[in-house]
Amino acid sequence: MKSVVDGAATRKARWEREVLEPALKKSPERKGPFTTISGRPIERLYSAEDCAAIDYDREVANPGEFPYVRGIHPTGYRGKLWTMRQFAGFGTPEETNQRYKDLIAAGGTGLSVAFDLPTLMGRDPDHPLSLGEVGKCGVSIVSLKDMERLFDGIPLDDPKITTSMTINSPASMIFAMYLVVAEQHGADWKKISGTIQNDILKEFIAQKEYIFPPRQSMRLITDIFAFCAKEVPKWNTISVSGYHIREAGSTSLQELAFTLRDGLEYVQYGVDAGLDVDDFVPRLSFFFNSHSDFFEEIAKYRAARKLWAEAMKNRFGAKHPRSWQLRFHTQTAGVSLTAQQPYNNVVRTALQALAAVLGGTNSLHTNSLDEALALPTKETATIALRTQQIIAHESGVTNVVDPLGGSYFVERLTREMEEGALQYWDTIDGMGGMVEAIERGYPQKEIAEASYQFQQAVERREKTIVGVNDFVQTDEKPIEILYIDDTTADLQLQRLADLKRTRDNDRVRRTLEALKAGAEGRDNTMPLLLDCVRAYATVGEMCDALREVWGEYEEVPII
Amino acid sequence: MSQKIRVVIAKPGLDGHDRGAKVIARALRDAGMEVIYTGLRQTPEQIVSAALQEDADVIGLSILSGAHMHICPRVMELLKDKGLDDVQVVIGGIIPDVDIAKLNGMGIKGIFLPGTPMQQIIDFITANVRARV
Repeated sequence: MKSVVDGAATRKARWEREVLEPALKKSPERKGPFTTISGRPIERLYSAEDCAAIDYDREVANPGEFPYVRGIHPTGYRGKLWTMRQFAGFGTPEETNQRYKDLIAAGGTGLSVAFDLPTLMGRDPDHPLSLGEVGKCGVSIVSLKDMERLFDGIPLDDPKITTSMTINSPASMIFAMYLVVAEQHGADWKKISGTIQNDILKEFIAQKEYIFPPRQSMRLITDIFAFCAKEVPKWNTISVSGYHIREAGSTSLQELAFTLRDGLEYVQYGVDAGLDVDDFVPRLSFFFNSHSDFFEEIAKYRAARKLWAEAMKNRFGAKHPRSWQLRFHTQTAGVSLTAQQPYNNVVRTALQALAAVLGGTNSLHTNSLDEALALPTKETATIALRTQQIIAHESGVTNVVDPLGGSYFVERLTREMEEGALQYWDTIDGMGGMVEAIERGYPQKEIAEASYQFQQAVERREKTIVGVNDFVQTDEKPIEILYIDDTTADLQLQRLADLKRTRDNDRVRRTLEALKAGAEGRDNTMPLLLDCVRAYATVGEMCDALREVWGEYEEVPII
Repeated sequence: MSQKIRVVIAKPGLDGHDRGAKVIARALRDAGMEVIYTGLRQTPEQIVSAALQEDADVIGLSILSGAHMHICPRVMELLKDKGLDDVQVVIGGIIPDVDIAKLNGMGIKGIFLPGTPMQQIIDFITANVRARV
C-alpha cells in the first residue's frame, strides 16, 4: 500500500512541476477565493494521496455495509427510488386536501403537511398573536374536525402513500389527531407508517417555534418514543432536522454536526427514560438541507451516515443494523431561492436535488420557483415535482449505486466533514450535552456568526448570487403568485365558535384536567392527549393546559 | 458631533425565522447605529412601546409570514396615537407586489424584499431618518 501512496505522491509532485507550473505561468487562475459556499477552502486537485489514509473496507465499505458511507441499500435506487414527498399546506383543510389529491394524481408518492403558524405555536385562531396568520404559511388545524377534513378521501391505511407532518412543539397533539383519524378510516395502528418531525432541539437552535422549556419538551418526545414502540411500531417518531439550522444561516458542517448531535441527545434521553436503544432508534430519521454547493452537500450526506452508524454502535451499543442505518429526507434550500429572476430557481433546485440524490437521500422535497415570493401555486409545485421525476427517470444517475464513491475529492471531503463534526461533538459533550449547549446559546451563536459572515461575503461580492449581486436585470416582469386572503381566518374562527357550542364541554374540561395531572406527574402524556383529542379539545386548549403546568420558554436573543 | 440613529428591530407575529432580523440588526450596528432588537413574537403594542421607551428614530419590522397587512396598519395607528408620527417605519421580508402600494399609502416607504443589499437599507435609513432635536 505504501509504495502505491508514494507513487501517487510522486506522480502529483511531478505533475505540479512539469504540467501545472508552466500552465500557471502562461495563464494564472481566477482570483478566487476557491471555497465552498460554507467558506471551506478547496484544493485545486485531489488525487490518490489525499485519500491514502482512508481504509476503504473499514471506513467506507460497499453499499448496505457498515458504516454505510455509500448508502444503506445494497441496490441504491435500482431497488426503490426515493420518495417524492412535496411539503404542502395552506388555507383551510379542504383546500390543502385538494392540493394533496392533485399531488398524488401528478405522481407524488408521499404527503407532507405544512401547518400554519398558529397551529405550530399551539394557538387557536382567536388568540391575539394569531392575527393575520391563520392559514397563511400552512394549513390551519384547530381540532380533530379539521384533521378529518384534511385527510378526507385519502386512505391512511395505504402503505404506498405515507404522510409526514412538520409539527414540533404540538407534535403529540397533532399526532394524536392523526391516530384518531386513522382509526376512523379503519386503519390498524400497528401497520400504519408516517413521520412526525417532533424535533424540538432545532427549534431552540434555529427555527424558534418552541412553546415549553427544553426539559419538558424532551419529556413529550420520550413519551412519544415509548408510546410508539408499543402502539404504533412502524411510525417514524422523529425527524431530526438540519434543514432549519441551515436555513438560519449555518454552514454545511454546522448543519451536519448540530443535527447529528441533536440525534445523540434524543437517544440519550430515550435511554435515560429506560428505553432499549434497539427498540426506538430504528424509528428515528433525519432531515437535511440541500444547498447550492454541490460536492459539499454530497459529502455531508455520506459523512452523516458514517457518523451515525459509528455513534450508535460504539457510543450506545446498538446491536440492530437498523439502529445503525441513518435514513433521511432532504429539502432543497429555500434560503437559496431569489425573488429576482425567479425562473432561475428551477435550475438551482434541480442542482440541489441532484446533490441530494447523489448523496443517497431516501426522500426528497423540491422547492418551487416562486417560494421567495409566496407559497407555491399548483403550476410551480408541479414543476418542482417534475424536476425530481426528470432526475429519476431521464438523467441515468439512478442506474448505479453511489456513483461518486471513490472520487478522490468526494471521499476526502466526506472525511473532512466527518472530522469537523466530531470536533463540534467534543465541544458540545464538554458542555454536558446539547440541551446544556442550547441553554448557553452555543449553537445559536455559531449560526448567527456564520450567517453574518455569509451575508458580508455576498455584500463584498466574494460570493456570487446570480441575479442578486451580479447579472442583475432591471426589466423584470412580476410573476403570478398565490395570494392567501383572510377568508380562511374568518371561516376557522366561525368553526371554532361552532365547535365550542356543540361539543361536550364537560368532557373537554375533564380530559384537559387529566392531562394537567399527568403532566405534573410522570404518566405518559400520549394516552391523555388521545382522550383530549377524542373530546374535540383544540390544539390551543391542549397546549394551554401544558403551559399552565410547565410554563413557556423565552430565549435570550443572540445577534 | 451628531447623535447615533436609534433603531428598534422587531419580529411581530408568531414567526420565528429571525435570520434576516438578526443580520440586519448587526449590519446597522456595524454602520454606526444604535440597535435594539426586541426578540420574537412582539405585538404591535409591545413594538410601539419599545420605540417610545428607547426614543427610537426608526422601527424595522421583519415579517415573512404574510401577516403584514394586519400588523403594519396597527403599528402605524399606535404610533400616531402616541404622537410618534415622525418615527420612520421600514419592513423587510416577503411582501407581495400588490401590498406594496397599500403599505406605501400607510406611510411605510422603506420596503425591502429578499436579496436587498445591506448598504441600500443603511442608505435609505440615513437619508430618510427624522432630524433629531
